[in-house]
Amino acid sequence: MPDTRYTLTAIVLHWLMALLLVGLFTVGLYMSDLPLSPQKLKIYSWHKWAGVTAFTLVLIRLTWRIGHRPPALPAMPGWQKAAAHGMHHLLYLLMIIIPLSGWLMSSAKGFQTVYFGVLPLPDLVHKNKELGDLLKTVHASLNYGLAALVVAHFGAALKHHLLDRDDVLSRMLPFLAGSR
Amino acid sequence: MITLRLILAALAFAAAASVSAVEYNQFLADKSTLSFVSRQMGVAIDGRFRKFVATLAFDPARPTAARARLDLDLASIDAGSQDADDEVVGKPWFNLKAFPTASFVSSAIRPLGGDKFELAGKLTIKGKTQEISAPFTFRQDGSNAAFDGAFTLKRLDFGVGDGVWSDVSTVANEVQIKFHIVAAPVAARK
Ligand code: HEM
Repeated sequence: MPDTRYTLTAIVLHWLMALLLVGLFTVGLYMSDLPLSPQKLKIYSWHKWAGVTAFTLVLIRLTWRIGHRPPALPAMPGWQKAAAHGMHHLLYLLMIIIPLSGWLMSSAKGFQTVYFGVLPLPDLVHKNKELGDLLKTVHASLNYGLAALVVAHFGAALKHHLLDRDDVLSRMLPFLAGSR
Repeated sequence: MITLRLILAALAFAAAASVSAVEYNQFLADKSTLSFVSRQMGVAIDGRFRKFVATLAFDPARPTAARARLDLDLASIDAGSQDADDEVVGKPWFNLKAFPTASFVSSAIRPLGGDKFELAGKLTIKGKTQEISAPFTFRQDGSNAAFDGAFTLKRLDFGVGDGVWSDVSTVANEVQIKFHIVAAPVAARK
């Protein structure tokens, strides 16, 4: 019988990253409007460290994904399959370039990223105010894009679960394994 | 009067005795830099002062007679970002309204051998004065002299960044100051 569920590794990575990304997004929005204070500097550092963690996780996740094809989708119109695949590609793309844009932005703004204060990431670009401001806009815009996609992704999962009543959502859940 | 005569005699003697007799005393602002490295959450941030004036007299043949003074315009700071530049103006940091400048006045210069020397003196920031000393090197740069040195100060010794900012786990207490002073010689004495 072909696998109808995602592997446990894929499930854990999916939900871990979902939590991390929602957290990063919320903290990112909150922190950028704070007046300068030691607290703000701390939050920025934590945001950067968590963002680098998300970047590492997505690389692990992609490596795993290449070796473990997800179960085939249940019967549905071709355009829906195409939309689902397109969406998943876009999500992966954003999960890679958002942290990259944050890392480059930090370098361009002259604040090197030192992972947990221990591991310095190289500055791939020199300090440059214009580039820093541009990358901040890029980082923010990509994030709004990701947020919109996540809402659609979440909506589609709910639609499958509640209206189509197929196993598209439950096969990504650690529980509800045999519920449908 | 006796002392004045003695001093004059000593000066005359010193002037006659000095062989090289090149005194570097014309500060070249365009060629000089005053920079610093602060640490934020463990990350080094480069900064600098754009406006400062050094008043100096240095004759490599008579280093112990040398003098130096530095006056800097704190408003000319580049602390690494616009946010930081705006922040350091305020009371917890430099309190620029009350203390627009900082100064250093040398008290002694000591040869350490070769082209190395040690500079000691009083540094005044935000109305607080501390003794500091810094090793520096002297180098001939064409017809000019270049003096390069660095030292580390503790910002809280000067009350710079107090209140919430006195938490040194966010912005480190230690700030490294690096100077590169270039001066031209003026009318060598014979
Ligand atoms: C997937 C991971 C990440 C997500 C979801 C994320 C999310 C966000 C969001 C939503 C903002 C607010 C944007 C705005 O509206 O202005 C933000 C700001 C920021 N992010 Fe990220 N971020 C991530 C990774 C990173 C990384 C890896 C770094 C650096 C190493 C970073 C550095 C920053 C900085 C410095 C800001 C503040 C920009 C400013 O206000 O100057 N981010 N992030």
